[in-house]
Amino acid sequence: MKIVVAIKQVPDTATQVKIGGDPKAIDTAGITWIVSPYDEFAIEEALRLKEKRGQGEVIAVSLGPDRVKEALRSALAMGCDRAIHLNDPAWANADTLATAQALAAVIKQEQPALVLCGRQAIDDDMGAVGAQLAEVLGWPCASWIMEEAVDADAKSVRVGRQVEGGLEVFDLPLPAVLSAQKGLNEPRYPTLKGIMGAKKKEIKDVKAGDLGLTPAAPQVAVKNLEALPARPPGRVIQGEIKDAVKELVRALREDAKAI
Amino acid sequence: MRIELTSEQQMIRAMAAEFAQEHVAPIASEIDRDARFPHETVKRMGELGLLGIMVPEQWGGAGADAVSYVVALEEIAKACASHAVVMSVNNSLYCDPLWKYGTDEQRARFLKPVAAGHALGCFALTEPEAGSDARNQHTVAVRDGENYVLTGRKLFISTGREASYALVFAQTDRDKAHRGISAFVVEKGAPGFSVSKTEDKLGIRASDTAELVFDACRVPAANRIGEEGRGFHIALATLDGGRVGIAAQAVGIAAGAYERSVRYARERKAFGVLIGEHQMVGWMLADMATAIDGARLMTLKAASLKDAGQPYTKEAAMAKLFAAETAMKVATDAVQVHGGFGFIREAEVERYFRDAKITQIYEGTSQIQKLVIAREVLK
Ligand SMILES: Cc1cc2nc3c(=O)[nH]c(=O)nc-3n(C[C@H](O)[C@H](O)[C@H](O)COP(=O)(O)OP(=O)(O)OC[C@H]3O[C@@H](n4cnc5c(N)ncnc54)[C@H](O)[C@@H]3O)c2cc1C
Ligand SMILES: Cc1cc2nc3c(=O)[nH]c(=O)nc-3n(C[C@H](O)[C@H](O)[C@H](O)COP(=O)(O)OP(=O)(O)OC[C@H]3O[C@@H](n4cnc5c(N)ncnc54)[C@H](O)[C@@H]3O)c2cc1C
Repeated sequence: MKIVVAIKQVPDTATQVKIGGDPKAIDTAGITWIVSPYDEFAIEEALRLKEKRGQGEVIAVSLGPDRVKEALRSALAMGCDRAIHLNDPAWANADTLATAQALAAVIKQEQPALVLCGRQAIDDDMGAVGAQLAEVLGWPCASWIMEEAVDADAKSVRVGRQVEGGLEVFDLPLPAVLSAQKGLNEPRYPTLKGIMGAKKKEIKDVKAGDLGLTPAAPQVAVKNLEALPARPPGRVIQGEIKDAVKELVRALREDAKAI
Repeated sequence: MRIELTSEQQMIRAMAAEFAQEHVAPIASEIDRDARFPHETVKRMGELGLLGIMVPEQWGGAGADAVSYVVALEEIAKACASHAVVMSVNNSLYCDPLWKYGTDEQRARFLKPVAAGHALGCFALTEPEAGSDARNQHTVAVRDGENYVLTGRKLFISTGREASYALVFAQTDRDKAHRGISAFVVEKGAPGFSVSKTEDKLGIRASDTAELVFDACRVPAANRIGEEGRGFHIALATLDGGRVGIAAQAVGIAAGAYERSVRYARERKAFGVLIGEHQMVGWMLADMATAIDGARLMTLKAASLKDAGQPYTKEAAMAKLFAAETAMKVATDAVQVHGGFGFIREAEVERYFRDAKITQIYEGTSQIQKLVIAREVLK
């Protein structure tokens, strides 16, 4: 069974994001880049599927600049068999749709039985690429999955999807696109052998032209980034409990207009 | 010149850091208090390849270099010095000499399972009367047909209780003094080989430090590593590599104590300001950061010389000396920055303070490192 995992490289969760000199982008100086954590669940699930079936191929795909090779190498270190890097200045301003179109083009070439991605990337938090990708491919899609089971002859997959207060269960014919929610699995650490072996695996560079694509102007453009306003300090209400409660209720009603 | 880790070395460090913070750090206080060997996490370290880092894949290892080893070891030590000593002994003091001096048959039997993390190894040189003066070996190995008969005691052996294999040094020819010392692998359970006690210690309490007793213990001649009489050379060459590991452990201990101090100095107020804003506290943090950076660079340099196949005895001794002194000073100041809280278990810096001390003692005390360095500079 051939599985494609779409991953995105994002700033480390511990990064203090700063707005750059160009207010449409963040300042990337000194940022540590990682594979978006939800994408790690997707990688892990793909590897488990392959291991469970005793055969198959897992291909990591990512769109982005040169630094994205590191993220692909991490995926290879975890155990993916090979990687494809969609690396072209033409995609520099790609929005989620352009990204989905590029991924769809490469997926059509690869013809996997399954595409896995994270429920959202933790940088822009759009959560759109998975669904858009399925739409462009014309494949069924289930988002935020917590569990999956591919049938014996890889014709369909049963997934459990997180909804408030429970799990929604669907059967999807394959090929399909699934997006991973936290809880799907516990991603493995790359072993030292995996890390040392990663450099022997292929990372193929692909340009827009190789896929016969001319990326259209993005439908979504960033106008401006603004920092969150500083949080005002909290207030401790002193005094007798009876009076303090009265004051709290008044403040909530009149100052904060919360009740 | 640019000092930058390769992408593999960075990935190895990131993996070790993540594993250490998620799985080792949370149990470090408890295993220290109970002096409990952390079987579960050590097993996982083996699965990740952290116990046979420099051994080629063919012999069960990861085939990475000494720089990868020290960056990974620093991350483990930053979380827990006990885990770090187990890792250091297994990699440097057991796997390294077996890979370097063992025959293929010995590598298959005694190295592969240990490099792969299925079993642990230890290194038994020290005796009641042979510490700094390691030449003064009293354990004897007398040839008897296809066997040697070992008799003697080994003291303070890290992982001595937990290890399945011990690399043991013994006198095969007393008349030749240290040129009459040979090295043997003794398997756990060999008749006449026992662990008589484990020590109750100041620091690295979760690592077992054991006394090994050899009472007419018969060891096949096939277990002798290297030629007869080469044992002391093997021990010294092995300790060069080991010292780079202990340097990395010391850097990790210092870094862990330092990070906690910075965090505390940003939270704790005295006299109306954050304590970090008191110049005297700021200076302590500045000295810590500077010494740690120096110790780390010296450790990386020694490791990269080892990787390049160049002589590194002096650099290993310098790195070990400076890193150990740094760990002790930084951990002492870390307790100071924490004030009264630093003296209390909950603050955790007191564990770093206790753990730091051993780095000035084992694999050659700080005095012995100076002796080695002086000998090298006067050559
Ligand atoms: C927790 C722990 C783990 C250990 N693990 C191992 C292990 O795995 N394998 C192993 O073989 N050993 C191990 N050791 C032993 C360790 O390497 C020795 O304790 C160390 O080398 C010091 O030897 P010693 O204890 O005999 O001290 P001594 O040699 O008696 O030293 C006492 C003091 O005299 C000083 N001194 C001695 N000679 C000189 C000199 N020529 N010039 C100046 N000063 C000198 C020393 O620096 C020290 O301050 C371990 C020890 C401990 C405590
Ligand atoms: C075992 C133990 C027993 C104790 N027994 C008693 C007792 O019986 N009775 C009692 O009352 N107290 C007792 N104490 C409390 C002890 O006196 C305080 O812990 C000590 O005075 C330090 O105060 P602190 O812990 O609040 O540290 P902090 O005042 O928070 O100091 C933190 C760090 O900041 C530094 N610092 C603070 N202010 C300045 C400054 N202005 N300039 C430069 N550096 C500064 C300190 O030197 C220290 O390095 C005890 C503490 C312990 C650990």
